[in-house]
Amino acid sequence: MRDRIAGIYADGWSRIVATMIRFTGGDWDLAEECTQDAFAQALQMWPESGIPDQPLAWLTTTARHRAIDRMRRASTEATKLRKAAAMNPEPSPYLSDSEIPDERLELMFTCCHPSLSLEAQVALTLRSLTGMSTAEIARAFLVPERTMGQRIFRAKQKVAHAGIPFRVPPAHLLPDRLPAVLHVLYLLFNEGYGDPQKARLCQEAIRLARVVTALMPDEPETHGMLALMLLHDARRPARVNADGDMVTLAEQDRSLWDQAQIAEGAAICERALRRRRAGPFQLQAAIAACHATAPVAAQTDWPQIVGLYTQLARIAPSPIVDLNRAVAIGMADGPEAALPLVDAIAQAGQLNDYYLLHATRADLLRRAGRTQEAADGYRAALDLAPTDAERRFLRNRLRHR
Amino acid sequence: MKYLMLVCTDPDYKPGQDDGAPDVEDWVTEMDGKGIRLMGNRTRPASDATTVRVRNREVLLTDGPYAETKDQIAGFDIIECADLDEAIDIASKHPMAWAGMIELRPFWPDDQD
Repeated sequence: MRDRIAGIYADGWSRIVATMIRFTGGDWDLAEECTQDAFAQALQMWPESGIPDQPLAWLTTTARHRAIDRMRRASTEATKLRKAAAMNPEPSPYLSDSEIPDERLELMFTCCHPSLSLEAQVALTLRSLTGMSTAEIARAFLVPERTMGQRIFRAKQKVAHAGIPFRVPPAHLLPDRLPAVLHVLYLLFNEGYGDPQKARLCQEAIRLARVVTALMPDEPETHGMLALMLLHDARRPARVNADGDMVTLAEQDRSLWDQAQIAEGAAICERALRRRRAGPFQLQAAIAACHATAPVAAQTDWPQIVGLYTQLARIAPSPIVDLNRAVAIGMADGPEAALPLVDAIAQAGQLNDYYLLHATRADLLRRAGRTQEAADGYRAALDLAPTDAERRFLRNRLRHR
Repeated sequence: MKYLMLVCTDPDYKPGQDDGAPDVEDWVTEMDGKGIRLMGNRTRPASDATTVRVRNREVLLTDGPYAETKDQIAGFDIIECADLDEAIDIASKHPMAWAGMIELRPFWPDDQD
């Protein structure tokens, strides 16, 4: 029973909060408190009465009653009550779950408004759209709970005071605003992907990506992002070995990969690309699909990956993309073909503090048989590597070059 | 919503960054016509400013602006519009958003409406 209620909480929290923000005339705290109250009441009643046929409708109706009670009790809130009453003269109970308006997209665009700092966008998105508690969010970002609480509080204040509208932006603003939403969701995913203890963030990011794709089915980049998340996440069990060390793509045990999830990701990516509006997420997903669908590392379709990186470098140029493209060329055409490209990137200077530039160069030199130069490269990478796992990996390479 | 538009110069102004910027007269005419701009004016530079403080009932004056910032206030407008997205759109059409920068400050509400 508790598990089923937890499932309804995970899926329903943001639906109900979004509806309640509208119902309370933009009072986010009240909306959250009433949603929380409704779930608390459900936890008390449902184990005895059973879960209602339309649980979301029950919860939303309960939350609305709570909101009206609270607004009545607080006399200073009289104006809000008038507002709410004017909008919803006699709030009739919701009879079915499908009756509840789905305003999660409005909520997402509001949380990811570019007038909020990126930090604030991420915190607000997690708090209002995932039902993670402030303490859980603070733990996921390794900051004190108080700090995270302040951050969320200030973000909500700015939304209310600065007049950030609760809506999906009109068409002419979408090209600017949709990438901001996708950026926040992908940042959440990456935050969770780097650290096995933060796996929850990946699940939440995928859940939200599914919501965005369902609500904006005509935007191919939303599908591209979901596909990319699914494809990366499918390899999670193989990325780290029993000692907690990173395992490279080529050396991962592919039997640990989640084949069903890979198939889903690859299919979503393919359908998105058929719309012929390729964007950075779709291309990265296509590259991830090339890797994930190769039965063994040696059968990876490197020439296709080179083509995809070339396209990516054209629409979203960055030295990191150039570096990845060079790696792919090194695999497709041999290290000698890639070394001049990597040297050019090093000469441009933007990535000189990036350990993977040095590690990549060292790897190409090793494969080209230039072991002494390779050793120098690994040492340079070692000095810059950010985590213990990465340093262990490089030391290992240095030993067995 | 009412916003104060603080119109500021850009200390790192590079000639050409405001090529193609709209004309300020057109902006004023448009925003006045739509009833968006409630008032506004240009202000003289910081070198003509005087800062007033009262401490221990004594009036203290300082030559210049209160803050030692390089970007300077060149003027202000008070606008009234639906929400921040509209305010951003209005500010981005002002030529000083191109040549300098504009800070949008929401007003406290007048009454408990």
